[in-house]
Amino acid sequence: MPARIRPLSPHLEIYRWQIGNSLSILHRLTGIALALGLLALSYWLISLAGGEQSYSEAARFFAGPWGVLLLIGWTFAFFYHLLNGVRHLFWDIGLGFERTQRHASGWFAVLGAIGLTLCLWLMLWHVARA
Amino acid sequence: MSLRSPLGQVLGTGSARNGTDHWWAQRVSAVALIPLTLWFLFSLLALPALDYGTVRAWLSLSINGLLAVLLVAALTYHSYLGTIEVIEDYVHGNGAKLISLLSLRFVHVLAGGASIFAILRVAFGS
Repeated sequence: MPARIRPLSPHLEIYRWQIGNSLSILHRLTGIALALGLLALSYWLISLAGGEQSYSEAARFFAGPWGVLLLIGWTFAFFYHLLNGVRHLFWDIGLGFERTQRHASGWFAVLGAIGLTLCLWLMLWHVARA
Repeated sequence: MSLRSPLGQVLGTGSARNGTDHWWAQRVSAVALIPLTLWFLFSLLALPALDYGTVRAWLSLSINGLLAVLLVAALTYHSYLGTIEVIEDYVHGNGAKLISLLSLRFVHVLAGGASIFAILRVAFGS
């Protein structure tokens, strides 16, 4: 139903960014990023089924600078979305709502994601150099 | 059984459809994705290389083919449910919402379907 243009109170412009809303929007953004990653995964799988030549084209892209950048981004998106997703699942069964718990689990999700991403890519970089 | 009144259903007012199914499916697919994504990640990392021969040999194993299909199915479904919510939150009214939702569904079916088809081709050796 088309909405009439009505005046709206400022919200995003003035509301302070806090741990709760920041992590929530990050969960959504990483989710969207991962949905795009699904397309990349499809591309990779289809190239594999397509034969040696199509696969090496895909592999060359993902090994290139843009490819690596995207993969690092998707790695962080994946780990964060996973950790924060588990945080959500705990909320769904009624656990972890206290302020200290929310904050602790929130920091765990962000720092854990950054940490895991770094670990994985440092490891890959180390193996690639060998 | 819908709790909406007949007039509410016709006008599109009242409660926002059957949200419970969507909510539950999102959780079930999320739980399934935890082991499936981790399996996929660790399997690929454990491979000596990611060249055509190695990856293809790995995916030709039945267990890997099966888990890969399940992964793509759960991933596609979870992604679809999640992205619908984004559209419903930000896109309102007229045809824009309908077109967005339809496009999302078609893109997901296409991506998921093509991926599963590709996995099966490799698994069955063609």
